[in-house]
Amino acid sequence: MSPDTSPSIELRGASKIFKTPSGGLHTAVRELDLTVGRGEFVAVVGPTGCGKSTTLTLVSGLEEPTEGEVLVSGEPVRGVGGKVGFVFQQDATFPWRTVLSNVMAGPLFRGVPKAEAREKAREWLARVGLAAFEDRYPHQLSGGQRKRVALAATFVNDPEILLMDEPFSALDVQTRALMSDELLELWEGTGASVVFVTHDLEESIALADKVVVMTAGPATVKQIFDIDLPRPRKVEAVRLEPRFIEIYREIWESLGEEVRITRERGAANVA
Amino acid sequence: MSPEVMPETVVVPAGKETDQRGRAHSRARAARRRRIVVLASRALLLIAVLGLWEVLSRANVIDPFNFSMPSKIWDQIYTWLTHGTALGSLGEQIWYTLYEALLGWIIGVIGGVVCGIALGRIAFLADVLGPYIKVLNSIPRIVLAPIFVIWFGLGPASKVASAVVLVFFPVFFNAFQGAREVDRNLVANARILGASDRRVTLQVVIPSATSWIFTSLHVSFGFALIGAIVGEYIGATKGIGLLVAQSQGTFNAAGVYAAMVILAVVALVAEGLLTFAERRIFRWKPSGSGD
Repeated sequence: MSPDTSPSIELRGASKIFKTPSGGLHTAVRELDLTVGRGEFVAVVGPTGCGKSTTLTLVSGLEEPTEGEVLVSGEPVRGVGGKVGFVFQQDATFPWRTVLSNVMAGPLFRGVPKAEAREKAREWLARVGLAAFEDRYPHQLSGGQRKRVALAATFVNDPEILLMDEPFSALDVQTRALMSDELLELWEGTGASVVFVTHDLEESIALADKVVVMTAGPATVKQIFDIDLPRPRKVEAVRLEPRFIEIYREIWESLGEEVRITRERGAANVA
Repeated sequence: MSPEVMPETVVVPAGKETDQRGRAHSRARAARRRRIVVLASRALLLIAVLGLWEVLSRANVIDPFNFSMPSKIWDQIYTWLTHGTALGSLGEQIWYTLYEALLGWIIGVIGGVVCGIALGRIAFLADVLGPYIKVLNSIPRIVLAPIFVIWFGLGPASKVASAVVLVFFPVFFNAFQGAREVDRNLVANARILGASDRRVTLQVVIPSATSWIFTSLHVSFGFALIGAIVGEYIGATKGIGLLVAQSQGTFNAAGVYAAMVILAVVALVAEGLLTFAERRIFRWKPSGSGD
């Protein structure tokens, strides 16, 4: 890690405009300013379809901003860099690779020798509790287990920045709480900065140091809330604390308005 | 952290166990009986059709000279097997045709896959070559067979060439489509994990496109056989196609049918081998959708 004190991620007036198939222009993100400090866990919440995911693709380097700047460790982002890990909403495990081979993919792509890659992969599989499943193919696993493979495949690269796009939204409620706890455990050992996109406010408060509320699309930052709940946290327990409920009410006042605007627009489009 | 309990252990109350086992047993017996009935009906249908053909032909209801009959066809195959054909042993003819078809198939498949993946990945190539490929594809390629005989002579080369042009296009279009339809998430994930463009092509695009490519392999081996046979029929020194041409020239209907039977057997064996290879390669696929 470079010794300078620049923040881990910085978006300065970033906008992203897509061409729609019908030839029109769609602004997904508008003049976005956001700073994520080193080792900070930031959750981004906003109404569905407002452009939260686009923010992540800008930071990852998969897409370039139409206007403005995106900096990672003080350097402008040019293409996909080596510091970033990304956990996708949909299943992105390679179905033709075994569990072990999936986790080895990252190190092998980065030129790590095979024996070393295998060793690192086994270590991370053990940490996510899948050591006994290394010879299985993804289709033989449950949804939660596949998510664990994705987490191991991401963490094995030692990312300085972890981008997560509604990673647990396809899981059932119990598995989700379990995975959130596991994510916190895995993350606390690494010192990585996290941007966690979700539309679930409870999840975001339980996980993050900072919750960013986005406006209805085109997305821009509406308000930022600091979460002063002590760590280490257990997701199921922290939900019941009075302070949690207080914070929830405070943020919902801000977020609820945006959700209502999105809903009204949806209704207007249907009509 | 513990992995979720696999839902394989189902607890059954002790009293119901024998009852359930009995039911499972009778269900298995019913399934077995059904399979036997299906197989028997199939065999019966074949016997009925062949028998009717034989009887009608012997009774001169249909002209035995033009339509021949199953017993004569069998005699013809038997004669070829034991005494050889006019061109040499039957095995040699089969081997010749198979060799031409196989060589043409391999060249066509490799060419089709390489071009398909290349055009699927490189938009510039696809834009430049797209219209030409459409034009080439719209030519009925079987008419090229006589031209190939003129170019490459009566030897195997002309048959291989006609097999190649028949095989190339279906394989090409499937590989192209397969490369285009790769899950964008997988590509994005591979890039984030650190894969270069070459690695993405080799380790993400090609594996995802294999199921598309395999679909075309089944059809295209049939095309390779057609290419080889038509080539031989037009002009050759050996092969099953020539056998057909000669039988036709001597008004030996049984010979034409016999050659067809032999071809059908060859095609079925090849299909079986391909299905076997497919099962091995697609072990990662959930069973049921693997076919």
